[in-house]
Amino acid sequence: MLHVARLARLKLTEDEVETMTGDLSGILEHVDRISNLDLEGVEPTSHVVALENVWRADEPRPSLPPEVALASAPEPQDGAFRVPSPQADA
Amino acid sequence: MAELEAVIGLEIHVQLATKTKMFCGCELSFGDEPNVHTCPVCLAHPGVLPVVNEQAILYALQIAAALGCEVAPRSIFHRKNYFYPDSPKAYQISQYDTPIAGAGRLGDVRIHRAHLEEDAAKMIHAGESGRIHGSSASLVDFNRGGTPLVEIVTEPDLRGAAEAAEWARLLRETVRQLGVSDVNMEEGSLRVDANVSVRPAGTETLGTKTELKNMNSFRFLQRGVEAELERQRRLIESGGEVEQETLHFDPQSGSLTSLRSKEEAHDYRYFPEPDLVAIAPTEEMARTARESLPELPAARIERYVGEGLARDVAAVLAADPETAAYFEQVSTDVSGVEPKVVANWVTGELAAALRAAGGGTAAESKVTPAALAELITLVARKTISHGSGKTVLAALVEEGGDAQVIVEREGLAMGDDDGDLESIVAAAIAADPAAAEQIKAGNGKAIGSIVGAVMRETSGRADGGDVNRLIRAQLGL
Repeated sequence: MLHVARLARLKLTEDEVETMTGDLSGILEHVDRISNLDLEGVEPTSHVVALENVWRADEPRPSLPPEVALASAPEPQDGAFRVPSPQADA
Repeated sequence: MAELEAVIGLEIHVQLATKTKMFCGCELSFGDEPNVHTCPVCLAHPGVLPVVNEQAILYALQIAAALGCEVAPRSIFHRKNYFYPDSPKAYQISQYDTPIAGAGRLGDVRIHRAHLEEDAAKMIHAGESGRIHGSSASLVDFNRGGTPLVEIVTEPDLRGAAEAAEWARLLRETVRQLGVSDVNMEEGSLRVDANVSVRPAGTETLGTKTELKNMNSFRFLQRGVEAELERQRRLIESGGEVEQETLHFDPQSGSLTSLRSKEEAHDYRYFPEPDLVAIAPTEEMARTARESLPELPAARIERYVGEGLARDVAAVLAADPETAAYFEQVSTDVSGVEPKVVANWVTGELAAALRAAGGGTAAESKVTPAALAELITLVARKTISHGSGKTVLAALVEEGGDAQVIVEREGLAMGDDDGDLESIVAAAIAADPAAAEQIKAGNGKAIGSIVGAVMRETSGRADGGDVNRLIRAQLGL
């Protein structure tokens, strides 16, 4: 549970850890039930829409003006998004 | 202890030279101001949907065809989840267990797979210039974020650092000639990572591997792999064990540093990208890709070897399509000269003359294929000597023009009848009786002084072989 929380960058309180451990177990049990079904010859379903080969032509479309792109950046610098060093996060 | 054999596999990221990004219509460019090619899709604003760039699929199919890969009848995209500021969605759209291209081969190396994905944004690490370690803040430029990439993964078939670098060059030439990427390592449009391990020679089990990143030239690739092989051999020979890790090569110091801490073991939790439907290349798409292939270096080398060229000469000519086309044009224009003779002129005398004049390629030079063909024919017919041929070539490199015109202007043609040459040879022998005696006594080297005298007398126009023959004939040998 804590490993999954860490991968998702979630800080959980002890109560939350307890609730979510229960929830996650329920989900895993459900997956287990599916795993026990006889699915011989059934293709895995990756998508629920029966579409293939949806694409666009390689034609440029206007990009955002940089000031608009950076409008939601808390700390823009030199036209870029300034972020804390990712090494400090490790 | 048995000798430790190198086992190397490569992962090559190729940025595709499409006009726009993989999943949005932002233009691709290199070296622009930061964040001028972004939109809600490549900045991962909520609620946006990616749409696949058709050209990227077509380019990937061309790469697959060039590498002889099986094309998957149906492949899908996956999300590769990780947190890093270069990926605003907190996942990279990539391919996982159903890549667009499966097993293939280039030269002696088997291709494991090739798949499509999107490039990450560019991080500029403040504080220290370009160094990741020790910087306190980073700047993110999303111009590159979302660039279409094909990642090519080889089987661990390479057995040395030099061999790995050489094969990577062949791959780059192959991709370059497809015209699907700029393949510029310094600008990052071709990036090579190496998986390196060692094992006792003769065994089959793979040792623990490390992954080397950041080698932005073939020379650094070779040096990085050499350094890592050396490190692993020393470690094992002193009783240690190789740890699986990612290493960052610093070309300045030639050292390798561990990039990620161990507790950050990769756990990408791949799952199918629900926003993108499957790719099912039609037979027509696959055929178009196959038919669009130019003749690639590996095939061209074989063709040249079949025409009688030495393999190393064939490889030099085949590596660059313009040089190859130049060589083939000269071969067509000469008369009565073997392709291998032409090849030796192009890779030998012409290359040397160009170097002496400051560099440049044959195709860019002032020496037209027709002029070189005429020159080679003149030498082959012994109208001029080989030495005079080099003089003419130097003049062609300098001023361009016509070989025959230069031969006449410089008076380099050898006499039509051998009479003149015979009398010059006779005079040279008469002038140096000591050398003549030595030659008759079996000292072959002594002939050099008489040949030299004849060459001086004829200003180098005489053919060395003919002069040798005449001297021996006149001495009754």
